[in-house]
Amino acid sequence: MNIFKKTIFSVLASILIIGNVYASDKIRIGTEGAYPPWNSKDASGKLIGFEVELAWTLCRYIGQQCTIVEQDWDGMIPALLMRKFDAIMAGMSITAERQKTITFSQGYADEVAQLAVMKGSSLEGMDTPSGINLSLGGSDVKSALKTLTGALAGKTVCVQTATIHQNFLDSGDVGSVNVRTYKTQDEVNLDLASGRCDAALAAAVAFTDYAEKSGKPVVLVGPTFSGGAFGNGVGVGLRQGGDDAIGQRDAELLAKFNKAIDKARKNGEISRIAIKWFGFDASM
Amino acid sequence: MDFELMITSFPKLLNATVITLKLLSASLFFGLFIGLLFAILRMNKNPIINKFAYGYSYIFRGTPLLVQIFIIYFGLGQIEYLRSTALWVILKEPYWCAIIAFALNTGAYTSEILRSAFQTIKPGFIEAGKSLGISNKIIFYKIQIPIAIRQSLPAYGNEIILMLKGTSLASTVTLMDLTGVAKYIISTTFKPIEVFVVAGGIYLFMTFIVHSLIKYLEKKYNYQ
Repeated sequence: MNIFKKTIFSVLASILIIGNVYASDKIRIGTEGAYPPWNSKDASGKLIGFEVELAWTLCRYIGQQCTIVEQDWDGMIPALLMRKFDAIMAGMSITAERQKTITFSQGYADEVAQLAVMKGSSLEGMDTPSGINLSLGGSDVKSALKTLTGALAGKTVCVQTATIHQNFLDSGDVGSVNVRTYKTQDEVNLDLASGRCDAALAAAVAFTDYAEKSGKPVVLVGPTFSGGAFGNGVGVGLRQGGDDAIGQRDAELLAKFNKAIDKARKNGEISRIAIKWFGFDASM
Repeated sequence: MDFELMITSFPKLLNATVITLKLLSASLFFGLFIGLLFAILRMNKNPIINKFAYGYSYIFRGTPLLVQIFIIYFGLGQIEYLRSTALWVILKEPYWCAIIAFALNTGAYTSEILRSAFQTIKPGFIEAGKSLGISNKIIFYKIQIPIAIRQSLPAYGNEIILMLKGTSLASTVTLMDLTGVAKYIISTTFKPIEVFVVAGGIYLFMTFIVHSLIKYLEKKYNYQ
């Protein structure tokens, strides 16, 4: 019995020690795996996409081993805070709202958000500028928001939950639209195609990717959005550092990622990977 | 623990509880009729009717509620033909899709609960009725159904509680029920523990009420 107990203890102890070793020198990166072409999974369940490839590249520049962890979008930030992983690379835009809780590296890519409708929708052919920056304000932005408010009145607009797109619709900038939230972008796409949603808001590439793969007549309408609730590009989400040893390690990680992004940008790696996955250079 | 968040989220969650209760009462209402109908069909001597009723309860008890709600909401939404029919008016709304799924699910369980309750009625009760010259119809309505309801109270109480918790799945089809609003608050505050503890407390309180009510009814209709 004693030997039995001893064996159990030593096995447990070694698991704990091995676990600690892993925690200290491997960077764990959380991604959703359900937001193509940013991050998704191939038929065999392997994680692929712009951010997955970029993550491996950044890790190479940092010179540390990495693992990529899958996490549902709506639990992404809580999971980071609970140390299930050390960094988020999941098409997460840098916003003031999120910066209250976590910190971000410099941006590595620009997410262009746009409304999508099914072909033949009354929302097609909205008369707005091709793009508006909410941070700039001005009469152009105001009149575009007014047009959108009128067009979307009483309409159901679908978004993925806890996204910049939801924040924008909830902000009241386009009046009181009927907002429906979904756990994944896939479900948003399904309900847009079924006609339950009059329009949907997400990264424009998420819609073009869906239209291409499904053959459904999804069209982008209205202006592309940036600034304001849409944040300032997509960056690596990290825990805010602190004074203790663990907090310092978090702060170091931020510096490491910033340096790696600098290098990858200079070598043209981010542009190359962006063109490969998006079809255009979304790097920043 | 962020107690302030717990306090500020409480009224919002309480508000969302109204939707949860609406979903629960609507599905129990329809589910009870479906259950009674299929319990009677199950006891039919015709093997085709009997097998059909058995098949229904087998399918809905043998698959997860989440799968059923997904099939009804996302699955039926994919059928282009359906979208051109009048049915789409109902199926377009997540609220009705949830109620259909819940009612069919609880209906399957209720049919089994009622069937077993009917079968446990002592033949003596029915024979007593017959020997007094009471018609079969009256025996069914005045003797079998009341006894069956009494017999099925404990099991049905459990089913109500299971269904109450099952309504949380409505949040997966965009409904802002108690769980849906809890998730929404978490999506802006990133504090799941606080919000889910409050939501869990509200569910627990509702379970307590249902439990007490069933206990009271059991006592009241105790015929022994």
